[in-house]
Amino acid sequence: MKELSSAIQLIPLENYIFLSVALFSIGMMGVLFRRNTIAILMCLELMFNSVNLLLTAFSAYHSDPSGQVFVFFIMIVAAAEVAVGLSIVVMMKRNVDSIDINLLNRLKW
Amino acid sequence: MIFLFYLLSAIMIVCALLVVFSRNPINNVIYLILCFIAMAGHYILLNAQFLAVVHIIVYTGAIMVLFLFVIMLLNLNKAIIFRKSTVTRVSAVVTGGIFFLVLLAATRQTFEIHAKYPFNSDIGLVSGIGKALFGEFLLPFEISSILFISAMVGAMMFGKKDE
Repeated sequence: MKELSSAIQLIPLENYIFLSVALFSIGMMGVLFRRNTIAILMCLELMFNSVNLLLTAFSAYHSDPSGQVFVFFIMIVAAAEVAVGLSIVVMMKRNVDSIDINLLNRLKW
Repeated sequence: MIFLFYLLSAIMIVCALLVVFSRNPINNVIYLILCFIAMAGHYILLNAQFLAVVHIIVYTGAIMVLFLFVIMLLNLNKAIIFRKSTVTRVSAVVTGGIFFLVLLAATRQTFEIHAKYPFNSDIGLVSGIGKALFGEFLLPFEISSILFISAMVGAMMFGKKDE
């Protein structure tokens, strides 16, 4: 346990910042890239998780549990968001028989 | 330990790229699950054992099963033919790359970080999180249950057939 807990000080905090910036960019790229609504929701989960990772890293480096409690709340919000988002996908499939995001393009104006 | 960090990071980045570029929705879900498991490894590396367990339970146990269930229910488990135009896809990749560079340049200036409290190895355990959650954050915790109820009712309202 002791050597495990000293491990986090060997990894510089910059590495976690780089990793979560990369994950966030990949998620944003996926949101712009895909037309499948379920894939867009998955890319949103990726972006949520990069933020979670960064909050946890800062919380661990500052030894302050508030950051990890915030990650817990973000997980709650993500679960609620996925339930509502997937039911919107089901409704979309039922009404227009497709999950192509371009069919919702009237929401742009 | 630093080797473990690089291994988990490589798994996460590759799986995230495969989530974006793979065509089959089932494969997307499987790669996202792999990515989340690697992220649980990161949480353990960061000494946040409670979050690692909750992450496995909530994400790979509940959310990804929900995704798989919807994909199976709507019979989407074959590669879907529609794609964006080539211009849109190229510009999406360029936008993502530029966004990555801008964020990287912005965060490079902020690396003077000093720890706020002396190092304490058991803040990520259940007792540390529980003391913070049920002390300082008790009201948001109770309010989040209302959020869950409203999300559940909203999902049912959306899923119901209209008469």
